[in-house]
Amino acid sequence: MSNIPSELKYAPSHEWVRAEGDGTYTVGITEHAQELLGDMVFVELPDVDDEVDAGEDCAVAESVKAASDIYAPITGTIVAVNEDLEDAPETVNNDAYGDGWLFRVKASDVSELENLLDAEGYANTIDED
Amino acid sequence: MTSKTVLHAKHLEAGAKMVDFHGWEMPINYGSQIEEHNAVRTDAGMFDVSHMTIVDVIGDDAKAFLRKLVANDVAKLTKPGKALYTGMLNEQGGVIDDLIIYFFTETNYRLVVNSATREKDLAHIANVSAGFAVEVTERPEYAMIAVQGPNAKAKTASILDDAQNAEVEGMKPFFGVQAGDLFIATTGYTGEDGYEIVVHNDGAADLWQKLLDAGVAPAGLGARDTLRLEAGMNLYGLDMDESVSPLAANMAWTIAWEPADRDFIGRDVLVQQRADKSTDKLVGLVLETKGVLRGGSKVIVEGGEGVITSGTFSPTLGFSVALARVPRSTGDTAQVEMRKKLVDVKVVKPCFVRNGKAII
Repeated sequence: MSNIPSELKYAPSHEWVRAEGDGTYTVGITEHAQELLGDMVFVELPDVDDEVDAGEDCAVAESVKAASDIYAPITGTIVAVNEDLEDAPETVNNDAYGDGWLFRVKASDVSELENLLDAEGYANTIDED
Repeated sequence: MTSKTVLHAKHLEAGAKMVDFHGWEMPINYGSQIEEHNAVRTDAGMFDVSHMTIVDVIGDDAKAFLRKLVANDVAKLTKPGKALYTGMLNEQGGVIDDLIIYFFTETNYRLVVNSATREKDLAHIANVSAGFAVEVTERPEYAMIAVQGPNAKAKTASILDDAQNAEVEGMKPFFGVQAGDLFIATTGYTGEDGYEIVVHNDGAADLWQKLLDAGVAPAGLGARDTLRLEAGMNLYGLDMDESVSPLAANMAWTIAWEPADRDFIGRDVLVQQRADKSTDKLVGLVLETKGVLRGGSKVIVEGGEGVITSGTFSPTLGFSVALARVPRSTGDTAQVEMRKKLVDVKVVKPCFVRNGKAII
């Protein structure tokens, strides 16, 4: 079983969301997702100031195995992207919940957070995979 | 029910992620496919290739039988141990499998064929061998370990005994020799220096451990695929199959046209295709921007279209490369349909990396 930190929220499509306490939320992909994808070779990120809708594909993680869409877990404005991944996409493999974060969203409707899964809920979804 | 090689426990011990590969439970990687790839390009890595099928062909008609069975001509082989790469074709000139043939004497050869095609290969070989005085024997009691990379030979030498080292000393590429209890060949599937070693099942785990202790990194099927693709080596089932002529699979060099009266299976069709220039060709594609070319994608060229037969990210080059079967008229550029967009790619010879260096 891969690591699923209890303080994060999760989308069934394998993104994690961390509240930064200032109305912004950091998004990445889970340890389980990076294990499924294998070595990451390119990460395509949205642009800062892009408006994204919950469930919209807004980034791409491309590994040796496959290209995989990343979906915005919540609606809002992109306020930051992890530019370090341009030169070091493997950071997503090595530190999925830390330095391998993808982008940060300023939420336009915080009630959407309630639609996301907690760690236990996410663990159940990957058991069913 | 999947089969396991005798090295299965060693893979688990090394932390392998195992996958079902055509009925064999094999390591896809031991953590990072890219690190394993780089180990082979810069140092030494090893692959369990015990799933491959070893077939010995012995008898008075061994030479005559193989001159019928395969497109290349075993009559070219005169030095004991010399190996030959070629294809077994069907009557329509399609590739039943690609294989390596080792020559020992004119009555004694060893074939190594793919695992995924084992059953149809053995059936075809049995079928063609009827009427020839040969005995065809599969050798499942042997395992096989490929040790590849610039330091592969030196690291292997450190675990061989003096007599074995004397046997392999100065062996040229594409030769094999029985060295004590090991059959050691200077063949491989990576574009690097190294050996493929046939070892009895009883000694395989011990050999694997010795190589590990000598600093050879275990490498899985993932790295094996990126390495062979960079080296421009075909993978059966992707880059060619029974519906594809060797002339459309960059295998023209594995066909011996002379002597013209040698009647190998598929010859008539190939002669016609060659005269008519009627087949597609296999080329290399290079994408120097972001993205990864993937097998099955459509390739659009001037006046027609083709298909990517296998594509990957090249860890050595830092961008994506692919093999593609395209119309003969294809020039220096093409477009590939990627994630619903058309992307420009360069068309090159189907070989990208040799001995650790880019050659495009």
